[in-house]
Amino acid sequence: MASVKFQKATRVYPGSTTPAVDSIDLEIADGEFLVLVGPSGCGKSTTLRMLAGLEEVNGGQILIGDRDVTNIPPKDRDIAMVFQNYALYPHMTVAENMGFALKIAGVDKEERAARVLDAAKLLDLEPYLNRKPKALSGGQRQRVAMGRAIVRKPQVFLMDEPLSNLDAKLRVQTRTQIASLQRRLGVTTVYVTHDQVEAMTMGDRVAVLKDGVLQQVATPRELYETPKNVFVAGFIGSPAMNLLQLPIVDGGVQFGNTVVKIDNSVLSKTKAKLVTLGVRPENLVVSTNDGISVEVEVIEELGSDGYLYGSATLDGASTELVSRVDGRNHPNKGETVFLKPEGGIMHLFDVETGERLN
Amino acid sequence: MSQALDITAATVDSALLDLPWQLPLEQWPEENIAALPKGLSRHTVRFAHLSNHVIAIKETLPELAKREYEMLKSLQKLDVPCVEPFAIIKNRKDEQGNELPAVLITRHLKFSLPYRAMWSQGLRADTATRLVDALALLLVRLHIAGFFWGDVSLSNTLFRRDAGSFAAYLVDAETGQLYSTGLSNGQRENDLEIARVNIAGELMDLVASGRAGPGVDPNATSERIVEKYRELWKELTAAEVFNKDERWRITQRVERLNKLGFDIEELMIKTEENGRSVKIQPKVVDAGHHTRRLIRLTGLDVEENQARRLLNDLDAYRVSFDPEGDEEVLAHRWLSEVFEPVVKAIPRQYSGKLEPAEVFHQVLEHRGRLAETQQKGIPLAEAVNSYVENVLAHRRDEEALIATPTEAITLATAVPSGNIDVDEDDEDGDWRDKV
Repeated sequence: MASVKFQKATRVYPGSTTPAVDSIDLEIADGEFLVLVGPSGCGKSTTLRMLAGLEEVNGGQILIGDRDVTNIPPKDRDIAMVFQNYALYPHMTVAENMGFALKIAGVDKEERAARVLDAAKLLDLEPYLNRKPKALSGGQRQRVAMGRAIVRKPQVFLMDEPLSNLDAKLRVQTRTQIASLQRRLGVTTVYVTHDQVEAMTMGDRVAVLKDGVLQQVATPRELYETPKNVFVAGFIGSPAMNLLQLPIVDGGVQFGNTVVKIDNSVLSKTKAKLVTLGVRPENLVVSTNDGISVEVEVIEELGSDGYLYGSATLDGASTELVSRVDGRNHPNKGETVFLKPEGGIMHLFDVETGERLN
Repeated sequence: MSQALDITAATVDSALLDLPWQLPLEQWPEENIAALPKGLSRHTVRFAHLSNHVIAIKETLPELAKREYEMLKSLQKLDVPCVEPFAIIKNRKDEQGNELPAVLITRHLKFSLPYRAMWSQGLRADTATRLVDALALLLVRLHIAGFFWGDVSLSNTLFRRDAGSFAAYLVDAETGQLYSTGLSNGQRENDLEIARVNIAGELMDLVASGRAGPGVDPNATSERIVEKYRELWKELTAAEVFNKDERWRITQRVERLNKLGFDIEELMIKTEENGRSVKIQPKVVDAGHHTRRLIRLTGLDVEENQARRLLNDLDAYRVSFDPEGDEEVLAHRWLSEVFEPVVKAIPRQYSGKLEPAEVFHQVLEHRGRLAETQQKGIPLAEAVNSYVENVLAHRRDEEALIATPTEAITLATAVPSGNIDVDEDDEDGDWRDKV
């Protein structure tokens, strides 16, 4: 097992002027589960493929442990791409399926048996070593395939959208299995997904990318509570954070018919007259007559709670807002209500740079 | 039921609408299914009859079906041997209105064989080697086209007989990715490593199932793909530097590539700074050197080695008949006096056994053997009769021979799509003996 370091790692595709991955600095601790997330084209898969040795690195370095692997071929990097269409062979036993790659790699029989046994114990497959895959359940088969990777004792596991071809139900199930297995194995893992919910539920830390640039790397909670910029604020969380550009006034920010108090030390960090104020749906509440006036368009009832989707007119433009409401006692479609931030949890960003102010 | 089906197809065949799309593939009635053996694969795959051909139907997620359909279309445009995408059908519902998976339909490649069905009595060692050679060539062609496969295996390939060798076709493009800027060395190496491990696994499984002939060596055969691939890649892409006086080496390189079945479309030639040496490097190469020449001369569209074989015969015919004569006129004559009579001599009931060009190749081989045993020249007509009677009549039909598309259980969903014969577990044995 080992740590992974990206040091100013850059990938520029031939014929392109802008880097697909731009000077990424990222340290992944030994045993950590790190998720790379971002919208399509953000460079997350390219970053993973650079680590795997599938993409040329045009600048900077990549280290696995203390070893500079920047120019080392994929098979010599001691990594395993997991869930890459691993096949199970029906006429071979579970033990053979798990160990055959070691056999062709010239590992001796005793060592093979020892490694297969270790992996089988970890995966709860010991009683099945002599069975054929046909006799196993779907979940057990998946674990055998995992076993194929584990017996190689890689330093790092890499997973590129491994759940993308599963239906929604199986995806949630497999997500949990992967995360718990990774914790049992303690192997450094880098996982790529476009799904922020997947990222937030699986990763020890999550690295958010946009346009090839690393935006923020932090624990799921930190990302949620203190997003570093407007992009991360809008990307992490579902439904997304409400992000409104509002005028700075004396003592705070004008929020509809009311002023939200903000410390001057925060607002003085920006020279602009407007500020981007972010409020998560759970912190935006219905009030009797304070805040922004919103016309309710949709109420999404989810049982104990629900979401109110409405539109407001801010500075002449129509703006969508989302607020979490009680599942039963809530305003109805077509009504006009006031929404205001509550609980003091607000996120302020510079309108020009998008950087966090508070 | 099917009134809201969403069909995207390359060619319109209204018979497509008559297939029972409201049923999960697993439950299709036998009258629609072309072959019974089916395997365990990531998705359910079955073969069905449609008008006068066979189609392969794969149940999958709509976005994956679309992606693979588009990918196969792009590969076809790039002239890479692959199965022909036929249609995607989305929005399937059963009679209760429950959603069914989307399907990707490809046309079954006539006279193609899966590796497990090469010989009914099991895979022979020399056949395994030739299959791997064909796969290496396919992989090189895919890589030159900028395609990263991601799941190179014998199971994901179909093979056509090609005058003693095989021609490989890509079947499964689900994991593939096309890069317009070409592949990095890392990507190529990764595909090669995947190929090596998969081939070894597939052959070990074949050995375990008792369907590999004596001498099949999974390890050595899987190593061979690496070797063969590198050899071809080097010949097709490497730069060569030589003395200015050795310009014949340009012709030599072109001839070597022709021999491998490639034409050079673009060759970079540079004189080095000192002016004494020349550097050459093929920039664009195009497979099908012999195939193209045969099409031009005769209109016959066959595999590369078959074309080579037919051209050899054609050239011999020309030399013996009229060495100075017009090549095209003589080719036409060869076609009507040599090739076509052989093909026409094949009884109708045997036409599904082999492709005409392969029959022709085998007849020539057969004639050679007869001549050797009888120590005299054998007229073609006599050789044909003997071949039909003693060889062809005993062969199985290969026009639409379908075995399991893949017998491996591939992840991630690993839903078994059928039954394959596996020996019962031997619970008493020690697993360590086999690991």
